Amino acid sequence: MTTLNSRVPEGPIKDKWTLYKDHIDLVNPANKRNIDIIVVGTGLAGGSAAATLAELGYNVKAFAYQDSPRRAHSIAAQGGINAAKNYMGDGDSNYRLFYDTVKGGDYRSREANVHRLAEVSGAIIDQCVAQGVPFARDYGGLLDNRSFGGVLVSRTFYAKGQTGQQLLLGCYSAMNRQIARGKIEMFNRHEMLDVVKIDGKARGIIARDLITGEIERHSAHAVVIATGGYGNVYFLSTNAMGSNATAAWKIHKKGAYFANPCFTQIHPTCIPRSGDYQSKLTLMSESLRNDGRIWVPKKIEDAKAIQQGKLKPTAIAEEDRDYFLERRYPAYGNLVPRDVASRAAKERCDAGHGVNATGEAVYLDFAAAIHRYGSTKAKIQGLHNPSKEEVIKLGEAVIEEKYGNLFQMYEKIIDENPYKTPMMIYPATHYTMGGVWVDYNLMTTVPGLYCIGEANFSDHGANRLGASALMQGLADGYFVLPYTIGDYLADDIRTGKIPTNSPEFDEVEKSVKDQLEFFVNNKGTHSVDYFHKKLGLVMWNKVGMARNEKGLKEAIKEIQDIREDFWKNVKVPGSLNELNPELEKAGRVADFLELGELFAKDALHREESCGGHFREEHVTEDGEAKRDDVNFAYVAAWEYTGKPSEAILHKEQLEFKDIELKTRSYK
Amino acid sequence: MSGFLSSSIARKVAMALSALFLIFFLIIHLAVNLTSLFSEEVFNQASHFMGTNPLIQFAMQPILIFGVVFHFVMGFVLELKNKKSRNVKYVKYNGAASASWMSRNMAISGMAILAFIVLHFIDFWFPEMNHKYIEFLPEDPTRYFAELQHKFTNPLRVGAYVIAFILLALHLLHGFQSAFQSIGFNNKYTKCVKNFGTIYSIVIPLGFIIIALCHYFNH
Amino acid sequence: MNLTLKIWRQKGPQDKGQMVEYKVTDISEHMSFLEMMDVLNEQLVAKDEVPIAFDHDCREGICGMCSLHINGEPHGPDRGITTCQLHMRTFKDGDTIYIEPWRAKAFPVIKDLIVDRMAFERIQQAGGYISVNTSGNTQDANAIPISKLNADLSMDAAACIGCGACVASCKNSSAMLFVSAKVSQFALLPQGKIEAADRVRNMVKQMDEEGFGNCTNTGACEVECPKGISLENIARMNREYLKASII
Repeated sequence: MTTLNSRVPEGPIKDKWTLYKDHIDLVNPANKRNIDIIVVGTGLAGGSAAATLAELGYNVKAFAYQDSPRRAHSIAAQGGINAAKNYMGDGDSNYRLFYDTVKGGDYRSREANVHRLAEVSGAIIDQCVAQGVPFARDYGGLLDNRSFGGVLVSRTFYAKGQTGQQLLLGCYSAMNRQIARGKIEMFNRHEMLDVVKIDGKARGIIARDLITGEIERHSAHAVVIATGGYGNVYFLSTNAMGSNATAAWKIHKKGAYFANPCFTQIHPTCIPRSGDYQSKLTLMSESLRNDGRIWVPKKIEDAKAIQQGKLKPTAIAEEDRDYFLERRYPAYGNLVPRDVASRAAKERCDAGHGVNATGEAVYLDFAAAIHRYGSTKAKIQGLHNPSKEEVIKLGEAVIEEKYGNLFQMYEKIIDENPYKTPMMIYPATHYTMGGVWVDYNLMTTVPGLYCIGEANFSDHGANRLGASALMQGLADGYFVLPYTIGDYLADDIRTGKIPTNSPEFDEVEKSVKDQLEFFVNNKGTHSVDYFHKKLGLVMWNKVGMARNEKGLKEAIKEIQDIREDFWKNVKVPGSLNELNPELEKAGRVADFLELGELFAKDALHREESCGGHFREEHVTEDGEAKRDDVNFAYVAAWEYTGKPSEAILHKEQLEFKDIELKTRSYK
Repeated sequence: MSGFLSSSIARKVAMALSALFLIFFLIIHLAVNLTSLFSEEVFNQASHFMGTNPLIQFAMQPILIFGVVFHFVMGFVLELKNKKSRNVKYVKYNGAASASWMSRNMAISGMAILAFIVLHFIDFWFPEMNHKYIEFLPEDPTRYFAELQHKFTNPLRVGAYVIAFILLALHLLHGFQSAFQSIGFNNKYTKCVKNFGTIYSIVIPLGFIIIALCHYFNH
Repeated sequence: MNLTLKIWRQKGPQDKGQMVEYKVTDISEHMSFLEMMDVLNEQLVAKDEVPIAFDHDCREGICGMCSLHINGEPHGPDRGITTCQLHMRTFKDGDTIYIEPWRAKAFPVIKDLIVDRMAFERIQQAGGYISVNTSGNTQDANAIPISKLNADLSMDAAACIGCGACVASCKNSSAMLFVSAKVSQFALLPQGKIEAADRVRNMVKQMDEEGFGNCTNTGACEVECPKGISLENIARMNREYLKASII
């Protein structure tokens, strides 16, 4: 076990980034033309990086598995993006955003990175507005903000319920400008299947053209991985169907350490599962918790009756309802951070108070908000003694204005009117804080190989606050990587084009082809999804919201068994040289089957409860998570040595010089 | 500018402008025809004026003919291009679910109107041109009403007129508001334009139909 | 419920393709349409047949990837949703459902139900952006107030997900709604006004070159659009184009 060097610059935290930028090496504009960079993944992080690198003058090759960068899953982020602009004048500052993020992350993130994130947050909003992102505005024409879970200020900028979409379209448009200029060469419907290292440095990738099935070699002076998180290891998650960890896992197998895989966020406000055929879970914005009250029936017999469809939630009297978040956490109430809210819901459902047929759902009730808004509106309109119906009608109109699209989405899926009967929600895997380990420059342990956005581990510690993922993706892509990568590339100005006919390319290409051929030739018995679902079930039951030693050990064994079975019995129809979605899935699931094991191993080794990682053995007397700062205030970065079970642990000790380590309390 | 003229938007604007011109022409035509219901003398005077005024004969008339021909030729060219933009057809296409019959069948109503115009030219315009500019027959300012009445004695012709004007109404029901949309007119007055368009599309063809029927039954 | 499916199968761009009939049984009404397709594909894999290729990704109606023409309408009979948000409760036991790819010359079929929508990419590349470099020194986001009305209208236009249902529904295969949404988004913002004339000219030029048909204002696109993009945007683009070309 070694200690990792995070290359955090010296100096006071406020000045680190500025001083660092002032002193790193730069590549002059004429030389940038001679340097190629590969960017894999074109969501917020990859898209913004590709556009900015191309603007600077580098030759960028960008890869996306969808038919357009505009479809990356960043698009599905609903609620908003944080920035310490303090437009609301409610006392926000870079420091406060930094503090909230470190605290929200349960003190498992790197201070210097988080502070840098807070510092550039304001510039992201400026940049996006300049690009034509239509953020919500107030009647004076200035930008509007709303509040999100885990913080005490309003710093979230939003574009209706489609903030991720609008930000992604912003960097997509910046990419389009560079594609038109020829500075970005865009490879749509291409999937990276491995990275090529020459003399220890990342120098290229092997990619598959998903339409023709052709295996292609692409070389560059640096490779940037921006392929998002690994939430689909659970099979059911709020991720897109195609979201995968292949690029991140393949670079891990080539020497990049994988950090904190057990830090995974389970989002509290998702639409509950309805049956075994379910292919994915749908998230509803956390902003709903601003106005919705979460409850379950107090009496277990009421819960039973509801589960059997014999009782309607509206028939339960106020005093028979348990508003468990308000009860347990009076200070933050329904706006506690995601991990806390999710676990509290699971705790109630495990105790038998769940409210749909599967017993895995809690209510999110807007009746109080409708009444409150309705009364206010009635006063504004000068209605004296409005009837109950009038108040409800006015209140529903306000709620519709705020959350109309979410309510509509809910009604489409569940077929119930959420204005009249409370919504049902349940937690679902949503975001992975863990990921490829990177240093302050966002470089992995492989020189020339960078990792940005959700794919890396850096900024959110053990739990991410709402509206911070968009912020991090864009911060990495627009404002961090384009500077730090220059420091590395400054040494490469005389290297010249990297040839793709080297033995290193031959070797990697061969291994990629071998695996693909194995899949189509292995006349197995079960489809890829069969194995993926099995893996997902193990992950959810034993490595999900609450974990214990016994379960984790079982999980490791079970995952190994599924993996063995997979390599024997997987069936992939179709051929190599055509569009073959089953073949694409097979490669991805093969990687999830390894990642899942490392995930469980990491969860087993981390003998504490913090953020998204909850060990049943480590709880306080009243059942809250118990962190262990003495023994576990470090990043666990795993080195691949041939098998996930034999991965070697490296620690990056986390130092908290500017924030005092405290037990997180939202009570 | 050449790129502009061949662009899809310029073409649809050209369609719209020619349409608006023809829509305006219909009002004048109907106004003149309506006089025939009330006064033979006024109708003859109006017709004589229209038929002999040099400005109308040598400026407005060519413009009108150009407008009609242009609207048809351009409509035909666009229809062909549009058909070609979907080289493989749907096995099942439920166009009625999202758009009105009128809007989807402008080419059909347009062709029917074209057929009517040919008939109309044979009935009135060719004899008129022959009368004035080929055989140079002497002008009799009172001949128009009789010619009109004579034409509406045949029930088949009257029937064809009625059908043609129903199709014109359908064509206008989509075309009127569509022309405004094409030239970029979409604002708070759009609703008024649409309502006015609907009234126009029914009233004007109805006017022509009533005239034809009155003459047929009063003869 | 039990259903008969008539699905377009086409091996590749050069293949002629044809409708093939499939039967599915025990479909739950709570399933989404694509989950029903998953069930069918699992059955095909079990029978060693090649599963049906169809585009899909986020399955929550925002990525714009899914693109099925169901019973003669893009994204099926429901309004305001994408195919992935269509649920089987919309259908009845015993129904026959026709499933086809988007049909347009500019959207050639790649395989089965997957079409190539690169024409949309090229239209965006022709001008669907504001020329501003990333710098950290752009002016403050609140430096230029924008009226709430225009910001909201801009957002409504920007909600387009680029799925192509407008083209698929249009009897002329016109892409005007898609192009006008992008043109409108920028035309309504002060930041977008500077390049407005070039933008609309170049985007329309590219649109015409791609072989889309011409708009005849039938309004089918607006009805079928999963995001409710308004026809007003087409009028606005016509206006912008005339202004850019004539003045």
